[in-house]
Amino acid sequence: MTPSDTVWRAMAGNPLRFLFSAWPWRCVAYLVTTVVVAFAVWTVCAMGALFPPILVLLGLPVGALERRRLLIVQPEATPTPHVTPPPGVGGWLRTRLSEVATWRELGYTVCLGSVLFFADLLALAMLFFGALLMVVPIFFAAGLPPGTVTFRMGDWDIDTGPKAIAVAAVAFPFTIFSVYGLSALAGGQAAFTKWLLSPTQAELSRKVEELSGSRTRLVNAFEAERRRIERDLHDGAQQHLVLLTMKLGLAQLEMGDDQSRAGALVAEAHREAKQALTAIREQIHGIHPQILTDLGLPAAVGELAERCQVPVEPDVRLPHRLPAAVESTAYFVISEALTNAVKHAKPARVRVTSWLAGQRLIVIVTDDGVGGADPSRGTGLRGLVDRASVMDGTLGITSPVGGPTTLRLELPCRYE
Amino acid sequence: MSLRIVLAEDAALMRAGLVGLLERFGHTVIAAVGDAEALVAAARQYRPDLVITDVRMPPGYTDEGLRAAVALRAGDPTAAVLVLSQYAATAYAAELLGPSGRAGVGYLLKDRVGDVAEFADTVVRVAAGETVIDADVIRQLLARQRATDPLDRLTPREREVLGLMAEGRSNTAIGRQLVIGDAAVAKHIGNIFTKLDLPPAEDGHRRVLAVLTYLRS
Repeated sequence: MTPSDTVWRAMAGNPLRFLFSAWPWRCVAYLVTTVVVAFAVWTVCAMGALFPPILVLLGLPVGALERRRLLIVQPEATPTPHVTPPPGVGGWLRTRLSEVATWRELGYTVCLGSVLFFADLLALAMLFFGALLMVVPIFFAAGLPPGTVTFRMGDWDIDTGPKAIAVAAVAFPFTIFSVYGLSALAGGQAAFTKWLLSPTQAELSRKVEELSGSRTRLVNAFEAERRRIERDLHDGAQQHLVLLTMKLGLAQLEMGDDQSRAGALVAEAHREAKQALTAIREQIHGIHPQILTDLGLPAAVGELAERCQVPVEPDVRLPHRLPAAVESTAYFVISEALTNAVKHAKPARVRVTSWLAGQRLIVIVTDDGVGGADPSRGTGLRGLVDRASVMDGTLGITSPVGGPTTLRLELPCRYE
Repeated sequence: MSLRIVLAEDAALMRAGLVGLLERFGHTVIAAVGDAEALVAAARQYRPDLVITDVRMPPGYTDEGLRAAVALRAGDPTAAVLVLSQYAATAYAAELLGPSGRAGVGYLLKDRVGDVAEFADTVVRVAAGETVIDADVIRQLLARQRATDPLDRLTPREREVLGLMAEGRSNTAIGRQLVIGDAAVAKHIGNIFTKLDLPPAEDGHRRVLAVLTYLRS
């Protein structure tokens, strides 16, 4: 059996199992450390009185510490509700002071120093008292001479063994009761702490937005990087190869009908330089197709269709150019879909249809091939799905065995 | 034949190389510029026999050179233009051929300058008013897969003739290339036009346009 994940659930179970589990000890540890922290808060407040405004920020370290301390009675770590501030002290201060979480933490600190401090002290004192009375008979059993230790409750002295045993018999249920009461208090306090110090729904969704924003920026950065690499290759290696080929061509021309070994070598070098040029041209095109940048998606898809090994009917109707990242993703998906269709589906023809529906680009690639494509197998289709989801788009594939295979891509078009 | 040429190419090394190549064949480069705006200005000022331009140029490094070439052709029906492209795509060729003028027009893969003698020949042909389309573009168009391919009706020899015709070769050049007589070439071309249902077009540029339009549809 797995241990209960909250103290309340453990308390509701078998009492013997609860009392002999780690839970009572964890609760005691939680409350004892609460008292220590509360005491430290009071000390800091006393020192902070010299410059009171600093106390506004007291909730921040307390909140951080309290979230960690929750681990004593809670299985999972509590995430911070704060955002990452811009660099610099000023930016940090402005961010923190404008956050609701900062003020929640301050409120929690006030509760900690007052209500929680006293309630926890009281609960711990009751437990201590009960436990102490339970051990009184041990002192008498140890045979200490009378008068060495005196236990006094009000006007009543516990000075004989039978009296001590009677007291212990009453103290035993009282102690059990205290353990339950203290554990309930610890559980309640933990829930209260978590409620105040963990991120709210709004703060959580803000994080999701931040994440998706940074993902979009990353995609755009990748896109820009591909273009830069493409341009560098075009301006560098490709130009030099063109010049080299041209000079080898001129050399051949100057040599005329030279039948020597040198003439043959120059001719061979010329051929190889031309092959290198062809190779680098294809590679540059693969990194980022220039025609997509220049003429947009319809022309680029038309070119894909012209180069495809099966007949492709492109029908791409767009009223205007789309954001570069959207064009690029759509192009990549169509290109991969055509490659996959040719490789696996053996279709007689493929249709590529694309249009704008409001703020969304829709792309549909249908082939009349054998079907049976499964995105969970192989990385090709999986990669397309990922590529679409990075742009907050969706990619659906229906491919019954026997065909037809239809791939539907939807991409939101956001203009910056 | 010595031609007066305006050249536009943004990379300095490449520009110098092209100037050297053109001068080797006896032509005069009256202006060698590095961007599309300067190209249009130089072409209007010098009214050269031929303008040679790269597609990709500053400031945007996209298709400024092609745009300038199209504008020149649209503005002056006698301006002969040869466009050098990093990557051969039919869409570019189609844009360039759009405005129909009497002057020559050419669309070549930049790599072709490596075949110096052939390149020099193309330069002269375009300046003389012919239409020249890169063999790569035509090969791509001919290899294009169609659901029902009317090109299947052509004999292999007729397909060869169609390809050369689309590249902008004259009947004489086609005959020389395939080692057949002028009459045979004319007969093949007649068959092609009939089999493909093309309107008859004697003039070189219009013939290329008709064939390209047909192949792209």
